[in-house]
Amino acid sequence: MKQFLSFIRKEFYHIFRDVRTMLILLIIPVILIILFGYAISTEIKSSPIAILDYSRDNVTNRLAEQLQASEYFKLYKTAGSYEEVETLFRQDKIRLAIVFPAQLSGADEPAIQILADATNPNEATALIQYATAIISTSDIVVRNLATEVNQPGVIPAANLLYNPQMKGAYNFVPGVMGLILMLICALMTSVGIVKEKEMGTMEVLLVSPLKPVYIILAKATPYLLLSMVNIATILLLSRFLLDVPVAGNLILLISISILYALVSLCLGLLISTVTHTQQAAMLISGMALMLPVMLLSGMIFPVENMPWILRVLSNIVPAKWYIIAVKNVMIKGLGMAFIWKETGIMLFMILFLIVVSVKRFKIRL
Amino acid sequence: MIAVRNLHKTYTRNGLGLKGISLTVKAGELFGLIGPDGAGKTTLFRILATLLLPDKGSASVCGLDVVKDWREIRTRVGYMPGRFSLYQDLSVKENLTFFATVFNTTLKENYELIRDIYVQIEPFKNRRAGKLSGGMKQKLALCCALIHRPDVLFLDEPTTGVDPVSRVEFWDMLHRLKKQGIAILVSTPYMDEASRCDRIALMRNGSCFTTGTPDMIRQSFKRPVYSIRSDKMYQLLGDIRSWTGAYSCYAFGDSHHLTLKDNAPDIANLETYLKGKGYTDVFIHPIEPSVEDCFMELGND
Repeated sequence: MKQFLSFIRKEFYHIFRDVRTMLILLIIPVILIILFGYAISTEIKSSPIAILDYSRDNVTNRLAEQLQASEYFKLYKTAGSYEEVETLFRQDKIRLAIVFPAQLSGADEPAIQILADATNPNEATALIQYATAIISTSDIVVRNLATEVNQPGVIPAANLLYNPQMKGAYNFVPGVMGLILMLICALMTSVGIVKEKEMGTMEVLLVSPLKPVYIILAKATPYLLLSMVNIATILLLSRFLLDVPVAGNLILLISISILYALVSLCLGLLISTVTHTQQAAMLISGMALMLPVMLLSGMIFPVENMPWILRVLSNIVPAKWYIIAVKNVMIKGLGMAFIWKETGIMLFMILFLIVVSVKRFKIRL
Repeated sequence: MIAVRNLHKTYTRNGLGLKGISLTVKAGELFGLIGPDGAGKTTLFRILATLLLPDKGSASVCGLDVVKDWREIRTRVGYMPGRFSLYQDLSVKENLTFFATVFNTTLKENYELIRDIYVQIEPFKNRRAGKLSGGMKQKLALCCALIHRPDVLFLDEPTTGVDPVSRVEFWDMLHRLKKQGIAILVSTPYMDEASRCDRIALMRNGSCFTTGTPDMIRQSFKRPVYSIRSDKMYQLLGDIRSWTGAYSCYAFGDSHHLTLKDNAPDIANLETYLKGKGYTDVFIHPIEPSVEDCFMELGND
């Protein structure tokens, strides 16, 4: 036990004395959260629009006001003609244009034209949806036009559950947690162990009474502790900076995070048993672990729309199960009963990886 | 304490390795493995330290088999690899404390054993190991290898890359250690260090072609040896070799060492031969054969 503690203290010396390691461990989680929270946002805010109004009556004036009042749109210019609208689109000054025809109020079938720049299709769709929603629910439209427009028919009432404001943060906070835990536990552990091999210190450690399994455990423990610090940082940042609260049980959330950290640690150990240089370990961790977390976990791209082979592959990405579990607990506020499958899969992964890495760990050179 | 019998190890990559080595080292003996790079010294150390498995043959350390009893051997030996293998980002003190704990002991417990060495590095005890000079690094590594009072000490080229003064000091330390009854197996590429060992094995290309005390090996060398110097040393080597009485001639630092054939003409003949070739300041005198002479000679057979 004393040997073990001394080994862990030595690991912390390594970590605290290497600026690069410290940066990866402490700064990267914060940077990722802030990047995804503000820069890489799929939300729409203050999109520049143009309004071309041939009617100029109280209905269209009121509508224009309401559009401008929403946080999604910002009036760039009131256009005088179609040509001007087109020019504005070409100059990339506006993302959306709304055209009110002459005599909107008096028409039998009043129609408002919405033009969107579809070079970014997702954004265009979202913008059109927002504009349609604002126009069709506007009091002035309901009072003056709706009788003719929506008279019979069914009015669909969409209700956005768990994330009513459609905040991107709800999706990526679990994703970033999956990414960071993988980065710290798998990458740092594998690099840490391979470094001992590369520097020749593993040779000395092997020729000592220290049991090989202790060497592995002692290398992994500090990173597990640090990853817990990171879980706390991320949760605090997402709660107070991005306003993403933890809806479910905090203990449960932390438990599944530790479980996932253990999966990542085991992956790191496995990588360390097959590589001999730090660069190779870093490359494998980066390519074989980071990319699947980004691409196949559902963090950024929905897995459901991928070709079947990628859908099958995504099942062996631990982050996929972790992210599902975190979303269930953190965003939807569900309990253990709803994440037993994900937990079970991660437990199985740990067992499998431990058996393989212990089998592969060399007690000799 | 160490017994090696007909040990074989082949690396498929480059064909180097061990081709049947046998030797024994007793307690309190300082045994030197002498040979150039690629002779198989490191491979032998790694097999004895249970880090590699031999292909053929057997070896035992402290009476324990290196294949079967690897776990027990690892608690009884001190191993200092050829490359500096301590934590460069840890201070001298931290390295020592760490290795002491790893070996289930403390710095105080065996302080007597390492005191002589430790007092020399103590002034730098708070310096990072990576910032020490070559000699200091090796002294620290020796301290770390000794911290658990091992029965057997393996030192793989401990003096390579160390300045001459520190090398002498290092060997003085080894002599003090062997008096404590520790069996020491040490390798070196420097022939001049051979004479400081109790017994040596000359190694080349994975085999060991002679074993014995440095004096025995020198005395077994029967041919007369001459040291020769002149003004044009480079051409001189070729010209001596083409002299009728020359058995072999090698460059040794500032002079050439010549060994004579069995029926060689008188050495005065060489002097006239060289003067005829236009050499001036020719200086020839007989010398005692050194271990290096033996190495060059025996390695050629």
